[in-house]
Amino acid sequence: MNVVNQIGTESKTSKEDGIIMNEMSTSGASTAVVERSLGLETRGLHAWFGAHHVLSDINLKFPERSVTGLIGPSGCGKSTYLRMLNRMHEFIPSAAMAGEVLMNGSDIYAPEVDAADMRLKVGMVFQKPNPFPAMTIKENVLAGIKLANLKVSNHDDIVEQCLSRAGLWKEVKDRLNASGGSLSGGQQQRLCIARSLAVEPTILLMDEPCSALDPGSTLRIEETIRELAEKITVVIVTHNMQQASRVSDYCAFFLSDGGPGVLVEADATRKMFTNPTDTRTADYVQGKFG
Amino acid sequence: MHVVYSLGDRIFRRIVTGGALTSLIVLALIGLFLLARGIEIFRDMGPKFITGTNWTAGSEDGVIPAEFSIGPMLAGTIVTSLIALFFAVPLSIAGALYMEFFAPAKIKGTLVSMLDLAAAIPSLFFGLWGMQVFSSMGERWATLTNHYLGWFPLFNNELGIFGRSPFIAGLVLAAMIVPIITSVSREVYSRTPRELVDTCYALGGTRWGAIRAVVLPFGRSGVVGGAMLGLGRALGETVAVYLLLNIVFKYNFNILESEGGNIASLIATKFGEATPYELKALLAAGFVLFLLTLTVNMAATAVVNRTEKAQA
Amino acid sequence: MSTTSDLTIHAIEATPKQPWHKPRAEQRRDAMVYLALAVVAYAIVMVSGFAGPDGFALVFFVEVLLLTILRSRGIGKAKSTNAIISTVIGAGAFVAFAPWVSIFISLVTKGFQGLYFGYLFDDMRVTTPDDELNMGGVGHAIVGSLLMVLIATVITLPLGILSGVYLTEVRGRMTKMVRFVIQSMSGVPSIVAGLFIYTTVVTYSGTYSGVAGALALAVLMLPTVARTSEEVLKLVPEDLRAVSYALGARQWRSSLMVVLPTVRSGLTTAAILGVARVVGETAPLLLTVLTNNEFKFNPFNGPIASMPMYVFGMLQIGTEYSIARAWSGSLVLMLIVLALFVTARRLGGKDKR
Repeated sequence: MNVVNQIGTESKTSKEDGIIMNEMSTSGASTAVVERSLGLETRGLHAWFGAHHVLSDINLKFPERSVTGLIGPSGCGKSTYLRMLNRMHEFIPSAAMAGEVLMNGSDIYAPEVDAADMRLKVGMVFQKPNPFPAMTIKENVLAGIKLANLKVSNHDDIVEQCLSRAGLWKEVKDRLNASGGSLSGGQQQRLCIARSLAVEPTILLMDEPCSALDPGSTLRIEETIRELAEKITVVIVTHNMQQASRVSDYCAFFLSDGGPGVLVEADATRKMFTNPTDTRTADYVQGKFG
Repeated sequence: MHVVYSLGDRIFRRIVTGGALTSLIVLALIGLFLLARGIEIFRDMGPKFITGTNWTAGSEDGVIPAEFSIGPMLAGTIVTSLIALFFAVPLSIAGALYMEFFAPAKIKGTLVSMLDLAAAIPSLFFGLWGMQVFSSMGERWATLTNHYLGWFPLFNNELGIFGRSPFIAGLVLAAMIVPIITSVSREVYSRTPRELVDTCYALGGTRWGAIRAVVLPFGRSGVVGGAMLGLGRALGETVAVYLLLNIVFKYNFNILESEGGNIASLIATKFGEATPYELKALLAAGFVLFLLTLTVNMAATAVVNRTEKAQA
Repeated sequence: MSTTSDLTIHAIEATPKQPWHKPRAEQRRDAMVYLALAVVAYAIVMVSGFAGPDGFALVFFVEVLLLTILRSRGIGKAKSTNAIISTVIGAGAFVAFAPWVSIFISLVTKGFQGLYFGYLFDDMRVTTPDDELNMGGVGHAIVGSLLMVLIATVITLPLGILSGVYLTEVRGRMTKMVRFVIQSMSGVPSIVAGLFIYTTVVTYSGTYSGVAGALALAVLMLPTVARTSEEVLKLVPEDLRAVSYALGARQWRSSLMVVLPTVRSGLTTAAILGVARVVGETAPLLLTVLTNNEFKFNPFNGPIASMPMYVFGMLQIGTEYSIARAWSGSLVLMLIVLALFVTARRLGGKDKR
């Protein structure tokens, strides 16, 4: 049974401590997984650029400590949605929104929320690897700490921890003072991951992080993502369905028919790919379009 | 690659190449002419042309020898230009940063148009405005500077008269070169890769944090190029200096005192009643100014081009 | 995971908002605060040694800075630094823009009084600079400037276009050199250009003349026209040339008949921008053409008036009425430059298809 949230109605279940998650209704035994309603959730989220309505009524809850993939053909608003999760959407002058993005129960768009502080808890990795060119590897990792002026006891420990979690420590531990740009594409992307981990986010957003990389680097980063998901929540936008099936625990399928993007279906990855509820999902995952 | 062109094409290419080379020819001609006419002065005066202190046409009978040196005016050129740069560069950086990163979208377009128009304001207007509108303000600041900092030789002022000084001329020159430095700086700041700036925000940084970490390092050489272009313009400025400075032929490093000049205004002042020999000296002075501004502008062009290529 | 249900229900309408902007009430409150600060600053200026608009600006800035520091207590070093430096940058930008705004305002307020209906059509033949402001005019200066600018354009436009064509079509071995020289040449001081023409044209022809002035202006105009022509020709899509060659046209035919016509308005823009650049130059005219007081249509012999020299002359006389004339002449000149810019911008948009 799917639990549905509609705008305007206070669903009783969302107020409780535990909510009923998806049951794997057709494949295997029914399992109700009870999760606390902490973590990341969007309710009735809309997005506009000027008068152009690009996202409509997205209601999605992200299970903690797992990887959720946002899939769908290009141009249906997945990246815009991602950028609304850490309030990067508002940097575009014509941007507007409606709805709520809840983190630990409170709306991050509330007036008393400090966006910069909020972004410390939600990291982001972009499509094109972009280490700061004027900084060394070590400085890149510590950049977030320096920017937010965080009081931190041991810089070297942090550098080692983050690079290890990103799967890069062994390769660069002897040249931490080399320039950030001297690494290969895949290494640069892992450096960017390490950089976002340094400020200890609980959620990591990734916007097609492997699309500019070769298959070998892609696989290594996918391994890293799976390891990271043991501790934090990862949301990854991807065009590559094989990647989605490899790396994600849950998937959300976005679609646009020329109008605003909508959420067609969201469920455990295995179900989405083997026995989706909506025919459009089935068509997409089978490669009939997109 | 060896391409065979038809006759029509060859003629076409010749004409076009000829037309394009005119700029080279004109530039060379200017330099050569000034040098050719002025070389007699260089020979007669030697290095004293640059280092001496007098500019006298001499008497007709030759009893008082003619003595021409541009030393004080060359110093004046550099002093006024440096004052102008000192004020213009920080203001231009602030202006460029404001336009790119702080101004609301609605205002930004207006500001950009205003900037373009400001770069086209003739220097004559700056002279007029400087004389009629700004001078009382400038004198006020000069008096205050002298009051508090007069112990420092640069700001000493024996006579107590503060108008028409290198300081005031330098301030107006600064206002004149701000548009071009701001333009170039804004251009280069707008080319900062969007993802780098976004990453700073995504990491929880503030706007100034992003500017300091990414934008300023990225734009540094571009701003330097812009500053050099502004310097080139200040070095050759004639009318504004002529109107705003009390042209007195002596070395003056007390910038608050009412005397100074630069090479360009020297030429403008002396030109009307110059003897033939003096005219040659003016041409020699013009040659020095030409070399100076050309060097600065070529260096500036090289820096700006190199920046653009490196960031492409 | 939870999802939206039945998708046959259309997207529920919602109103777009921008919650990251301050709400209206708070914006209004901020405006009131700044207004109050301005009043306080004004009061301080009245009673203390701070004088003039600069005194007011300084006091106001210090007040705003103090307010910012006050508001930034306890929000962390990074954010308070951001707030304070943002204030400083705003102030710096204001100071950077202030002179031009002041010039524009002065031109209008001070120049207005010298204007009357016949100002553009009369000359200074019978009027002295000290006469009442409803006599005399700048007609002769406009004619003179027009003549000289026209001659300069006739010289520089073909040369500039040829440079542009060379750099974009012919692309010979000297390309880098030519481009570099053109950019550096724009830094030649105007007085040096005037000096050069003086020692050549004026000396050999034995007279100051409008043509000499036009040649000095041409030296200054050429880099602008050449650069703009190149930029405009660069915008011509490569496919256009490719199609022309594929049809068998020779290079010269292709350039003349296909490429150049498509950028006609762009090249006009180049000419206009070149004119805007030189119409206000004084120094070169000082050395080559001087000025005069009456309408004259012969640019070949003897001094001729021009807008910048008119203003310069009036300014040098320095009496109340002559200064007023200097302002009104400057206002007319500024309006001319403005008109040129607006025309160039309109034309520049036309080529884009």
